[in-house]
Amino acid sequence: MAGRSLHITLLYWEGCPSHQEALARLHRVLAEEGVEAEVTVVRVETEEDAQQWRFVGSPTILVEGEDIQPSPEEPYRLTCRVYRWEDGRISPLPSPETLRRAIRRALEQPSRR
Amino acid sequence: MANLRIGDRILPFRLPGTDGREHAVEDYADKAVLVVIFSCNHCPYVRAWEDRMIGLQRAYADRGVQFLLISSNDPEQYPEDSFDRMRERARQKGYPFPYLYDETQEVAWAYGAERTPEVFVFDRERVLRYHGAIDDNYEDPEAVRHPYLRDALEAVLAGQEVPVPETRPVGCTIKWRKKPARA
Repeated sequence: MAGRSLHITLLYWEGCPSHQEALARLHRVLAEEGVEAEVTVVRVETEEDAQQWRFVGSPTILVEGEDIQPSPEEPYRLTCRVYRWEDGRISPLPSPETLRRAIRRALEQPSRR
Repeated sequence: MANLRIGDRILPFRLPGTDGREHAVEDYADKAVLVVIFSCNHCPYVRAWEDRMIGLQRAYADRGVQFLLISSNDPEQYPEDSFDRMRERARQKGYPFPYLYDETQEVAWAYGAERTPEVFVFDRERVLRYHGAIDDNYEDPEAVRHPYLRDALEAVLAGQEVPVPETRPVGCTIKWRKKPARA
């Protein structure tokens, strides 16, 4: 599946303790998938930043600019993000499967760069 | 860091509950253990641990353990933490414990609570015996290696020292009002 490098942005807010774990999980899934990626970590500090980044909570992960679990109904603000897992669990972190699907989806799309 | 230290006495409070009643610490004088948990509706950490809180209250109710959940979050910034939404949440989930609204945030300030969920366990003399997280894995109940709260309840009920009396609370920050209502 490798061959193309993805651009991934991880947005986080310090008020949530989960972003380091999210970053580690992201790198783990990328390694499992054999995908190279340029991962940019962005700290969201203010409500203005949240508006600018369309940040619905920490952590938010954009793969090729696409949110891994779009939440169009959520307001942009400094908060911890709710992820719904495939088995119905609620977690502050995306499941490995959610990350995997987002990565595979992005690889199926034509490169935007 | 919490204002209360292990060995400190409980700080009394009286707060309205989602059940339409007021609840005070002294109302539970007959309980062997009082567990105060700062909680809320919106936080994913609370939601990840919510069923475990419910399960623990049910499991220990017959042994004189009483949980009191308190939400202190500012509903202007987080409308899902309003008192109305708290009532909805308690009803939807069938909370087996009072869910109290700390509108002025004075209780959270007094306790020095910082996160949701953040647990304070008091023994029969209302001395703090455990403070911190519910367990060591918010994501997967099956993968918990250290059930801190359960261990604390067992120890206090048995009249023993709590094996791990303090852990770092893991969760969302409490959402303080921009200008504290008490100021």
